[in-house]
Amino acid sequence: MSNETNLVQRHDANVRINHWVVAIAFVLLALSGLALFHPAFFFLTNLFGGGTWSRILHPFIGVVMFVSFLGLAAKFWKDNHITDADREWQKHLREIMANKARNLPKIGKYNMGQKYVFWTMVITIPALLVSGFIIWQPYFAPAFPIGLVRFAALIHAFAAFVAILTIIVHVYAAIWTRGTFRAMTRGTVTAAWARHHHPGWYEDVSKGVK
Amino acid sequence: MALQSLDVTRRSATTTESPHQRQTAEVAKLIDVSKCIGCKACQVACMEWNDVRDEIGSNVGVYDNPPDLSGASWTVMRYSEVETDRGLEWLIRKDGCMHCTDPGCLKACPAPGAIVQYSNGIVDFHEENCIGCGYCITGCPFNIPRISKKDGKVYKCTLCSDRVAVGLEPACIKSCPTGSLVFGTKEDMKQHAEERIKDLNERGFKNAGLYDPPGVGGTHVMYVLQHADQPGLYHGLPKDPAISLMVSLWKGIAKPLASIGIGLAVLGAFFHYVKAGPVEVDEDTEK
Repeated sequence: MSNETNLVQRHDANVRINHWVVAIAFVLLALSGLALFHPAFFFLTNLFGGGTWSRILHPFIGVVMFVSFLGLAAKFWKDNHITDADREWQKHLREIMANKARNLPKIGKYNMGQKYVFWTMVITIPALLVSGFIIWQPYFAPAFPIGLVRFAALIHAFAAFVAILTIIVHVYAAIWTRGTFRAMTRGTVTAAWARHHHPGWYEDVSKGVK
Repeated sequence: MALQSLDVTRRSATTTESPHQRQTAEVAKLIDVSKCIGCKACQVACMEWNDVRDEIGSNVGVYDNPPDLSGASWTVMRYSEVETDRGLEWLIRKDGCMHCTDPGCLKACPAPGAIVQYSNGIVDFHEENCIGCGYCITGCPFNIPRISKKDGKVYKCTLCSDRVAVGLEPACIKSCPTGSLVFGTKEDMKQHAEERIKDLNERGFKNAGLYDPPGVGGTHVMYVLQHADQPGLYHGLPKDPAISLMVSLWKGIAKPLASIGIGLAVLGAFFHYVKAGPVEVDEDTEK
């Protein structure tokens, strides 16, 4: 915490690097995965050196994302338990979305929207890993019964769809809420931002509680 | 691989029309299981014409050799010893691609033009477009396509599309010494099958019949079975094959719906920003 510039430390460098490893992997996975999902996106395989390269690279990038996500999940886990304040916050969602929110409850480090993103990722990323292994050609898929491979392909597509929608919300929320992006790039936010969006967390930080 | 380009009914992962200026007659291969003596001449002819050689394997205790389809073995004789009301029977079925009218492989394939269906009914793989993902394997109700260990591409029977395109019959047909394999227009083959079924009925095979499963819209490789009521006797030939519901969901409705959903989410976010604007906190309004 730096009083001179009125900045509050939100994410240390390790978390930021970890987050961006996951983010880069996610974008690469979404692009190469969508390319093989609908022909409208097949042109995206050009980004990876063609269809065959997309197919080869996708699962390896997936493993990178899963492993790096483990670090992120472990770090964020305890701040993402859902509290009464979060439930109350959710009731004001309409006003929040309309940019007219008043008298919001005292939100901690993450609000309910952020927690939804977190828990959706905690569910979908392992689901993508497991189903991805089952359909991974030519190494693993031949070892599984065909019915399971079909089921895994469906689950993989569904989980990816949910994850992509969630990340669209996640990215937009960061753009929409000014002053947020720097939390993951510089690691700090302004004290005003912290007081406004996460008053509970700001109090804790001010008191020196980590 | 094939020579045709004017009479394509469908191409994998392609949402626009395929070139189908020319219309050809639907063809079919008819496999009369009751006439097959299991000589494997068709397997040899397939290897010869397509000029592919499988690895020499080892005896697995049954006549099936090679023991399974592979990147280089596009047809394999399946030998089943079964007990029926006629006593012990040795049923020999030539296994390979059925060339479905509604091909699950083509439906599942994400690579544009890697799988094509001609108006003559042949479903062909164009391996140069194949990316090796194995989705076709999940789509196939007959467990036919195989990924080659050599090049990671998927191979299966082409119904000798190259020969058929120039008016020849498939190589396997040419080699069959008993007339178990015949080839012609689908209509002719159905008629021929009827005669065969009548003959089999007269010889006491009450349930003899044609295997042209409607669940996949019919096939362009058909069987005359002595026990058409129990296709499972023939090395697990499926009784009512159809594209799996999971594949239909995945490559049917989920594909456009999810794509639209993702597009709408991005648009929705953009227009939300346009309407509501950003959430800004500055030090002045705060205090």
